[in-house]
Amino acid sequence: MGIRLYDERPEALLEAMLLIRAYEEKAAALQAESGTPGTCTAVGQEAAAVGVVAALGADELILTNHRSAGHLLARGADPGRLLAEVMGRRGGYCKGKSGSLHVSARELGVVLTSTIVGGELALATGVALAQKQLRRPGAVVCFFGDGAACEGRFHESLNLAALWGLPVLYVCENNEWQAFVHRRETMLAEGIAGWAGNYGIDHATVDGNDVEQVRAVATAALESVRGRGRPFLLEARTYRLRGHFEPDDQAYVDADELAAWRARDPLPRMEARLLASGRCDAAAITAMKAAVAAQVAAAHAFAIDSPYPALEELTTDVYA
Amino acid sequence: MARITVQEAIEQALAEEMSLDANVLLMGEGVATKRPGLVQAFGGERVRNTPLAEGIIAGTAAGAAAMGLRPVIDLLFAPFLCYAMDELVNSAGKLRYLSGGQFEFPLVALAMTGAGWGVGAQHNHNVEAWFAHAPGLKLVMPSTVADFKGLLKSAIRDPNPVLFFVDIALAYAAGEVPEGEVLVPIGRAATRREGEDLTLISYAKTVDACLRAAETLAGEGISAEVIDLRSIKPLDEAAILASVRKTGRAIVVHEASRTCGVGAEVAALVAEHAFDALKAPVLRLTGPDAPTPASYPLEQAFVPQAEAVVAAARRLVR
Repeated sequence: MGIRLYDERPEALLEAMLLIRAYEEKAAALQAESGTPGTCTAVGQEAAAVGVVAALGADELILTNHRSAGHLLARGADPGRLLAEVMGRRGGYCKGKSGSLHVSARELGVVLTSTIVGGELALATGVALAQKQLRRPGAVVCFFGDGAACEGRFHESLNLAALWGLPVLYVCENNEWQAFVHRRETMLAEGIAGWAGNYGIDHATVDGNDVEQVRAVATAALESVRGRGRPFLLEARTYRLRGHFEPDDQAYVDADELAAWRARDPLPRMEARLLASGRCDAAAITAMKAAVAAQVAAAHAFAIDSPYPALEELTTDVYA
Repeated sequence: MARITVQEAIEQALAEEMSLDANVLLMGEGVATKRPGLVQAFGGERVRNTPLAEGIIAGTAAGAAAMGLRPVIDLLFAPFLCYAMDELVNSAGKLRYLSGGQFEFPLVALAMTGAGWGVGAQHNHNVEAWFAHAPGLKLVMPSTVADFKGLLKSAIRDPNPVLFFVDIALAYAAGEVPEGEVLVPIGRAATRREGEDLTLISYAKTVDACLRAAETLAGEGISAEVIDLRSIKPLDEAAILASVRKTGRAIVVHEASRTCGVGAEVAALVAEHAFDALKAPVLRLTGPDAPTPASYPLEQAFVPQAEAVVAAARRLVR
């Protein structure tokens, strides 16, 4: 499997979101049932991941964070190799050395996943500098959350990217939660996008649970980044429907808030839209869900069949 | 051989490597201001002044290195590496391993360290052991002008992140540099003086204290060998062990504080692998476990001096 490129078909967006949801629910279930290492899921945020990634060309590079499965799968990652990585198996994207938190896949243009919150923002300027200085095509897309936006590196990164005219599309997935703390406890501002204005960076805020809207705004933002050679900040307003790290009972989450966001779940929303528009009938959507379930089952089979790395691998790849 | 200062040696190394490889670039606060010759030769794209923000400088270097550039970053003073520690340790040092070898991080981080300028503890702190403890990094700390040039050239060509510490007291010292392209390999110590009775192991400015001590000791009939480590990581274990096996005695001398310092590593190495050759315990002469004072006499007292090395050597041999 290589980089997945998207045409205009909206069904493809739903299909990608269904795969991510099924994959992450499987990862969470495996943790609960069999003690597989936990993961940081992004259930509820699929529209932001798929909408942005669907706007990318083959040359674009991605930096992401600990909630990366959606970005990777949207980009075309093999769910089997991804799950194998989570399970610490040799067949994973990083030979089992990353685990779920730092997956990068050079072949997909997914580089330098950092799980130090904000670390990806510090690296993005360098990746973009290389693109610019080496005259390579392709913008750099950096996914981060509202938690990272409260880090100093967010501000340092935006300032330098603006100053040096670096081709970075900053994508803040504002999911309202910073580990176990609600965003309202850590920042006075309602949103992140406005902060970009202080650095002379163009910005937009989008309904992060509407995959088509995200794709449209991301497409325009990327045109701006490529055309003007300047950074852009896109804030996708969304919500983390599961806990911070599996297992997490979410006892700390306000039930009414959670219910309100469940009602805005991006998957049923897109499904209803496709049905209403007549682009898909119920049978087509059922078939899509069955295909995705089969893909995840095959991924699980691949992952458990993949051996653990040889113990000699403990100290390889430390130095080049 | 030409006689130049350490600062000039650093600039020569940068200029030579930038000429040889278009992917080498220099970034840091004031680097373009302070090195106009490099800007003139290589342009503003490759010699970049940055904001005073060590974290984003180091992060930018790590990202750029992963994608094919070879950045050299000047972080000015070693204590400022605290702001860049995440990017150097958690990103540059770990992401090659975590990615299963998909990426390389050929970057060099320069920083000045050590007593000599009376700038106080937030500008003067010998932090090399912090980074020696971090996997994936290399670390050099030269003492001679020729090594500053040759090691910086090797560091720039190295496919791994290299921390390059410039002892402030040596920054304007002059010395001879061989003509032509001379690379000094990372991980190889230099024997600065041959001896039979004990080995003085050091790096950076305290190598000079050891050499002066050896001179004094020679007058007393004590023959001291002086090893200049040059590289803290990788450490030239073979050179250390060969010398201690020959002399049977060792004193490790450095300015950084004692606890968990490089001296502890060297002493443990000798105890593990050359215990049978030892005629006396391995001693450490180090700076105190205290922040560096600004006051000149106190700052000098921070640094192990030749007299202290001589006294320790006498104790050890007699």
